Amino acid sequence: MAQKDDAMADMTTPHINTKGLSRNFGGLIAVNAVDFEVPKGEIRAIIGPNGAGKSTFVGMLCGRIAPSSGEIMFAGQNITAMPAHRRIRQGMAYTFQITSIFARLTLKENVRLATSWRWNGDESAIEEATHAALEQVGLADRMHQIAGDLSYGHQRLLEIAMGISQHPELLILDEPTQGLADSEIASFVKLIRDLGGDMTILLIEHNMNVVMDTADKITVLNLGTELATGTPQDIRANKAVQTAYLGETHA
Amino acid sequence: MMMSDSKKSVVFHLGFLALLFLLQFILPAYHHGNLARIMVLATYAMGYNILFGYTGLLSLGHAMFFAAGMYGMGLTMTHLGWTAGPGMLAGLLAGGLVSAGIGFLALRTSGVSFMIVTLMFAQAGFLTILYFGEWTRGDEGFVIRQADRVFAGIDLSHPTYRYLAALLLFGICLMLTIRLMQSRFGHVLIAIRENEERTQMLGYDVHFHKWMAVIASGTMAAVAGAAYALLFGYAGATFASVQYSIFPLLWVLLGGAGTALGPFIGTLFMFYLIDLSSSLTTAYMLIAGVALVLLTLFLPQGLVGEWRRKMMPWLT
Amino acid sequence: MELAPYLILGCIEGLVTAAVLALMAVGLSLVFGVMRVVNVAHGEFFMLGAVLAWFVADQLGGHPAIAFLAALIIAPLLVGTLAMLADMTILKRISYDPERTIVATIGLLYIIQQLTLMTYGSNARPVEPPFNQRIAIPWFEWTDGGLSLYWPWGLGTTSYKLAVIGFAIILLLGIWVLMTRTRIGLIMRATQLDRDVAQAYGINVDRVYAMVFGLGAGLAALAAVLIVPIQQAHYLMGHDPLLLSFIVVIIGGLGSLVGTVIAAVMIGLSDGLISVFFTPTLAKIIATLMVTFVLIFRPSGLMGSK
Repeated sequence: MAQKDDAMADMTTPHINTKGLSRNFGGLIAVNAVDFEVPKGEIRAIIGPNGAGKSTFVGMLCGRIAPSSGEIMFAGQNITAMPAHRRIRQGMAYTFQITSIFARLTLKENVRLATSWRWNGDESAIEEATHAALEQVGLADRMHQIAGDLSYGHQRLLEIAMGISQHPELLILDEPTQGLADSEIASFVKLIRDLGGDMTILLIEHNMNVVMDTADKITVLNLGTELATGTPQDIRANKAVQTAYLGETHA
Repeated sequence: MMMSDSKKSVVFHLGFLALLFLLQFILPAYHHGNLARIMVLATYAMGYNILFGYTGLLSLGHAMFFAAGMYGMGLTMTHLGWTAGPGMLAGLLAGGLVSAGIGFLALRTSGVSFMIVTLMFAQAGFLTILYFGEWTRGDEGFVIRQADRVFAGIDLSHPTYRYLAALLLFGICLMLTIRLMQSRFGHVLIAIRENEERTQMLGYDVHFHKWMAVIASGTMAAVAGAAYALLFGYAGATFASVQYSIFPLLWVLLGGAGTALGPFIGTLFMFYLIDLSSSLTTAYMLIAGVALVLLTLFLPQGLVGEWRRKMMPWLT
Repeated sequence: MELAPYLILGCIEGLVTAAVLALMAVGLSLVFGVMRVVNVAHGEFFMLGAVLAWFVADQLGGHPAIAFLAALIIAPLLVGTLAMLADMTILKRISYDPERTIVATIGLLYIIQQLTLMTYGSNARPVEPPFNQRIAIPWFEWTDGGLSLYWPWGLGTTSYKLAVIGFAIILLLGIWVLMTRTRIGLIMRATQLDRDVAQAYGINVDRVYAMVFGLGAGLAALAAVLIVPIQQAHYLMGHDPLLLSFIVVIIGGLGSLVGTVIAAVMIGLSDGLISVFFTPTLAKIIATLMVTFVLIFRPSGLMGSK
């Protein structure tokens, strides 16, 4: 119960937020002055048509892309200039949109790379976290296989396992269900729901069913700016979202 | 499971070192001398392997590190009158400093640019040795007097002691490489080789690890260079030329990049190939060229690499 | 001593270097741009061009201009054909894997170089230039009668060197036209943009690759034929130009032809000027370090966007 109270108290200060975050590529403005905040423990989906700037936006949050201007705060700390690997050590985890695993290593070696610094050489804790993460995505029985031999869907799950194995405070998932089979998507939705509450989750997702089933709130990006933020019901009813989003997909 | 694999690997390599120790009693003088030389050159190749084989960074400038060790030792002994011990230490420090400096600069680039930048630095180093010919005696090089090649009262120019010294150096560096690659640091280097971006996004300072890899690699190359000058009594600018940057690449590829024993096997093979062919023609580098092309076509994993793939997946 | 005449001389020498370098580097850049292949053997194609030029001229005899003209056509064709063969037998078979390609072309480098040593030998041999009038560099001085021209003693260049500069400019324009105005150029650019899409549109990518590799090597050989009346053919002559053209290609922004030419002029000129002031070895050290630092601090090249 005490934990619950802490979580409630934390709701008042955002876990991650941005102020005027922008990024230009040459003349193209990919992300334009986005103010964004997510409280601790929330599952937030970021949606928007193709080219809305979603990947660039989370790329800046996790440090893969340097912002042109603006600020990023994480757990009360300004991390705008912090290199990506240090953000990860501060409690972020990021899974790639295009599967990025260690194709010539085994699944276990893949996940161990994620866990070994996290439990700083404590062999039993590393083993436990590694097993648990593989178990959670349903790949534990394939632990000694070479990752590159897995099917595409399983590689996506391994990618997610590397993220959750670090027990991050903030998990950023960039289009995690792309290429997954329906049954895999169902178990992914369950996994995210289980994880929510423990960690803050940012989910970039195209599959609207997944978004509606998992997200506490949704932020809609369009042309690099924030169009709307609200509960799934609000967003579904939002006229501006319908024109921007549905207009584009039907075009 | 994991422990036993790495133990197996350690035991296997210790056994191999024991074999090299025993070989000295049966080898004829000519091959005995060759093997001592091969062990020192293989140490150079092992240094190269840390960067190329395990970390996945292709340098074309390692001759500069080998030469840093060689001249760090040779020049302090010849011009400052240092003895072998401090001389070796000077070679090691020279290698460490040069690789730290060059690594710091060169790692601002990657891929093809890294290759070219290391090549250019090595070229500048080679020209610098020629430019200061007054001290280095340029292409001609200089001899380290036999009287100076003594360590703790042991005459290192004597074939038996030379062989043992080479084996000691080779053995230490081999076991160090294995320890390194079985450590978490080594695993991160391999991860960088496999997928640099992923490694960073798992929370590792990729740049720092690469820098450390350059320093470890360059320092081991330098120690080999210093030992070469000490054991064989000669330092010359040839050892700083492009050819000596290509050699370790060739040896490592032939033996198997990213395997602990590959550098030795590759060096052994190539040494004898060139030894045989240079009795036939002055164009002995032709053999090296043909070997490189055939390797890429038919044996991309190298000898030990193939061997590991087929028979001993637990080899480091 | 007036400095200016020496500077002019340095500039002309630098432009000759730049002309040859530009041709060679454009060849390298073309191969890198279209095929994403780093061809370490490029310097040996250059060397082979020079050696073959000597061979052709030596066999033909007769008037130097005719012998030279024959070499100018035959040597690049032979070298280009050889390169195409190498592409089809080696590079294609390793599917242009970046690292293995580098290693294979290092192997090719030694094979070509050492075979040349075995057949042609280690001598340096000249090819007679087709024409070679001496042109003195004039300078001016203030005399009682005002401004007057004089010819500083011993400073001069040759008509052939000036012709090399001119000829290289014409060739480079020709390549530019080839790449931008012809069907072959279009096919090459399409392959460069996206190999798979090009293939889907019925372009025979294998043939384009062989052609580009041959063209690249042919350009290196052409550059060598131009320089061999000034420099002599030697089996180790490919080394320095290889390094320089790598630098030029990187500084020019990988794969950009215009950038490559601009970089070649810069490198050629600075090379010419630095050698006016320093001993050859020191000049080389300075030049090497200078471009290395450019590579380090402007990794995307001087013409690059960031």
